[in-house]
Order: sequence, then C-alpha cells, then structure tokens
Amino acid sequence: MTRYARTPTEGGTAPRLLLIGTAIVFIVLFLLLPLLTVFSNALESGVPAALAAIGTPDALAAIRLTLLVAAITVPVNIVFGLAASWAVAKHDFRGKSLLTALIDLPFSVSPVVAGLAFVLIFGLQGWFGPWLRAHDIRIIFALPGILLATLFVSFPFVARELIPLMADQGRDEEEAAISLGASGLATFLRVTLPNIKWGLLYGVLLCNARIMGEFGAVSVVSGHIRGLTDTMPLHVEVLYNDYDFVGAFAVAALLALLAVVTLVFKSLLEWRYGDEIAATHRH
Amino acid sequence: MVAIADTPRRGTNRVLPGFGLSLGFTLFCLATIVLIPLTALAIRPWSLGVGGVIAAVTAPRVVAALTLSFGGAAIAASINAVMGFVVAWTLVRYRFPGKRVFDALIDLPFALPTAVAGVALSALYSENGWLGGPLSLLGIKVAYTPLGVLVALIFIGLPFVVRTLQPVIAEMGADAEEAAATLGAAPARIFLRVTLPALLPALLTGVGLAWARAVGEYGSVIFIAGNLPMKSEIAPLLIIIKLEQFDYAGAAAIGLVMLVLAFTVILVLNLVQARLTARR
Repeated sequence: MTRYARTPTEGGTAPRLLLIGTAIVFIVLFLLLPLLTVFSNALESGVPAALAAIGTPDALAAIRLTLLVAAITVPVNIVFGLAASWAVAKHDFRGKSLLTALIDLPFSVSPVVAGLAFVLIFGLQGWFGPWLRAHDIRIIFALPGILLATLFVSFPFVARELIPLMADQGRDEEEAAISLGASGLATFLRVTLPNIKWGLLYGVLLCNARIMGEFGAVSVVSGHIRGLTDTMPLHVEVLYNDYDFVGAFAVAALLALLAVVTLVFKSLLEWRYGDEIAATHRH
Repeated sequence: MVAIADTPRRGTNRVLPGFGLSLGFTLFCLATIVLIPLTALAIRPWSLGVGGVIAAVTAPRVVAALTLSFGGAAIAASINAVMGFVVAWTLVRYRFPGKRVFDALIDLPFALPTAVAGVALSALYSENGWLGGPLSLLGIKVAYTPLGVLVALIFIGLPFVVRTLQPVIAEMGADAEEAAATLGAAPARIFLRVTLPALLPALLTGVGLAWARAVGEYGSVIFIAGNLPMKSEIAPLLIIIKLEQFDYAGAAAIGLVMLVLAFTVILVLNLVQARLTARR
C-alpha cells in the first residue's frame, strides 16, 4: 500500500500533533466538560435523589408542557418547511432571494427580542392588550404566547434543511410524474417526499432540540408560573435560583440526555444517509 | 387533456402545481409569526418621541449592556475564528482516535438547551467546579465576571465557525498548496498566501454567524455572568428587566438598537464576502 505524500501545509509530525492536541484540548475543555458537569452534578446526591427531583409535581408539569409545546410546534414547522421549500426550490419567481432571507431572519434576532415583540402585541400594554383583557383571552403568560415565541425561533430549521436539498434534486422527476398524469398531491407524496425523507427527519431533529430547549424567547412570554407556564428549561432556572441544585441539575440532565440523543441520531443520519441530506452536512 | 408544448412559452416553469398554495401559506406564516411582531418592535419605541428614544438608548446602564453584548460577542467570535479554524482543519485533514466522537460533539451547543449550558458552565467555573477550582488557585476568576460572559459566548459560537469551514476545507483539496510547495514556497507563506485567502469568505461567514448568535444570547450567559449593572449585565437581560418594570417602550428601544446593529454588521460582512469571492 502506498503512503500518499503529505500536503505541504500539513507539516511534519510535531506541528501535526500540536494542532491535533490543541483541537482536542479545546473540545474537551469547552464542550465535553460542560456536558459531563451536568450529569455529575445531577447524580451528586445519588440516583434516587435525582429521580425524586424529576418526579415532583412541578417538574412533571414542566415536562408535560414541554412535550405539549413540541407536539404542537413541530408539526407546524414541518408543514411550513414543506410549503416554503416547495415554493422556493421547485418554482421560479421574483423576490425569491428576499423570501429566503426572510425565512432565515429569526436566526439573526435575539430570542429575547423575539419574545419582546410578542409582548408588544399581546401584552397588557400591547396593541391588542386592552381588547384581549376585555374578552378574557390570555396569550402572554399562557400557552399561546409560549407557542408563538417557540415558532418564531424554530421557523428556519426545517425550511433551511429542505430548500437546498430540493433545489439540488431538481424538478425532472416531479415533472415526469405530472406529465404522466399523476395528481399534484400524488406526485408530492410518492415522488418528492421519499426523496427528501432523511433530510426532513434531519431538520425535524434539530428543530425539536431547539423547541424543547428554547429559553430566552419563552422566558419573556411565559411569566414563570410554576406548574402552569414553566417549561423544562424555565424550571431549571427556577430551581437553580432557589438553590435547589440537585433538582435543577436533575431536570437539566434530562434535557442534556435529549441533546445527546439528538447528536447521536444526527451523526447516524450523516453517516448513513449523507447523500440524501443537504450537501453541507456531508463530511 | 395533455397539451403538447412545442414552443417554450411563458409559464413553462409552472408545470408543477401547488405554487400559489405553498407560497401563500409560507407568506402567511412569515407575516403572522415573524414580520408583524418585528414591525411592532420597530414602531413601539417612537411612542417616547425621537428625543426619548435617544435618551433611552444612551443611558449609561444601557450603553454598558450594549457594549458588553456587542463587544463580548466580537471578542468571542475572534477567538472562535482562530480556535474554530484549528478544530475544523484538524477534523478534516488529520486522522486520530475518537475523531468521530469529537466531530459529533461540535454540534453540542446547537443541541444543548441554553439554560442547561448556562447552569453547566457556571457550575464548571465556580470556585468548587472542575475548572473554577484550579483557575482560582492561579488567581483567575471566571464565574460572575465579564470573563464568564466571554466563556459562554465562545461555547455557543464555536459550531458556527467549524461547520461553515469544514466543507470548504474538504472541497479545497491540497492541489494549490502542492503547486506552491513545488515552486519553493515555505509552509508559513503557503498558509498565508494560498490557504487562508481561499478560506477567508467561509471564515467570515462563520464568524459573522457566531457573532450574531452571541450578540443576542441570553440563556447560557445569565447564570455565569453575575449580572452586575454596568459590569456584567448583557443587553437581553436589561430588556427583560425593563419589561418587568413595564417600561415597554424602553425595552423595545434596546431591542430595536440590537436588531439594527446586528443587521448592519451582517450586511457589511455579506458585502465584504461577496467582494472577496468575486476577486478570486
């Protein structure tokens, strides 16, 4: 077996080891240790204490609320992502790049500012505040506000994943199906969807992680009502500020577990179906 | 009935159905969830009058918070530019044990909820934490200081730089570097004159994304920052404090400044990047 010559900038053994060493030390210090700290702190008083902290009524309510928010916002994001990518990637129209930029917009807005924007509309002193109050409808400090803020920050995820993928795949297969007499819906379900299913799953995975973990935007609109409007990340904050560190880290560990599972599935998708997800993830 | 299109005519790109429906739904969602709320944000501060807005955003405490958020984000993005480059380069060009695990870990800041990152970092760097203990022996205090803000901003920005650079480094290959070496250029010169210019547009994009994310970051920062007004209080936290005092217009004024500054920097970076790409 021939050994290929090294590239010039790869340098000798010493510089190479120095670079690898630097990268590993940096990843361990800045990424691995924070992750391990969560589990170590959660288990400091033993597994039963951690489980008991997760089993309190307030913690269970927070878990239920987070699952409910995800169950509502993930499907909305899927429909939005499919609609946006179908319009942008499979058709030509004026203002396409403007629309793509608008879809990306939430990424460059602070989550706190996003939450603030909804308070300005639906809050007590907001545009519709007095009207909502008169009709006894609660949006801010209630579930609808949490859903709106969560949708704002998670909107780009699925669409961003699907647009480059669908554009890459072109329109030939769909056009062939249509010209052979297939209906629009059948074409979408039997031609497009199978082609993008892994990319869609990839986008949903990242979107879900963001939705379940969102803190800044939800923090502004939730009002931190224990057992009612506290999601899991907010409950971590409440417990932490109460100096209930075992409880805070037990709930945090549950969320960290979700992050680890997300990363494992994400890596699996990249290795296994690298060709069928967007080009930027093939490495 | 199937029409035979013998001549290209207007609308041939409308072979696929559902354009109106999908575009309409997309625009409806964007308008209700993103555009109308941001419009409210752009309008609200002016209820204070122009003078009032200027007074609100030039108050010393507000200026200090904005400086910390924007300046801290810039320092963190610069550190990430260097370290992210080293990490991306190492992950693409070299083989070493555990590479796939390290590679997967890069995305942790995307997947880990920011509040979890916040409590983790503050535990890690507190005086009895794994890193805070040894550091305090050296006289370095990270938790509850502006340095803690920086650590959190580096954490959340790193994947943006690494993930933007990786595919570009992989695609670049080593041909140009080898040609330069054949012509007798020294490794340092090759890096500065061949490698770095080729990667600069991607590096700028990654740094810009990391910076934009860090400017608005809240969850991972507030637990480790200590949140002392004028010292370690970030702009998003000040927005929340103003909201709790029912100063909606004041909160909106800070939010608007953040939005405008962030968009301006992103626009400038895009222009610089377009020029760099065009020159090559």
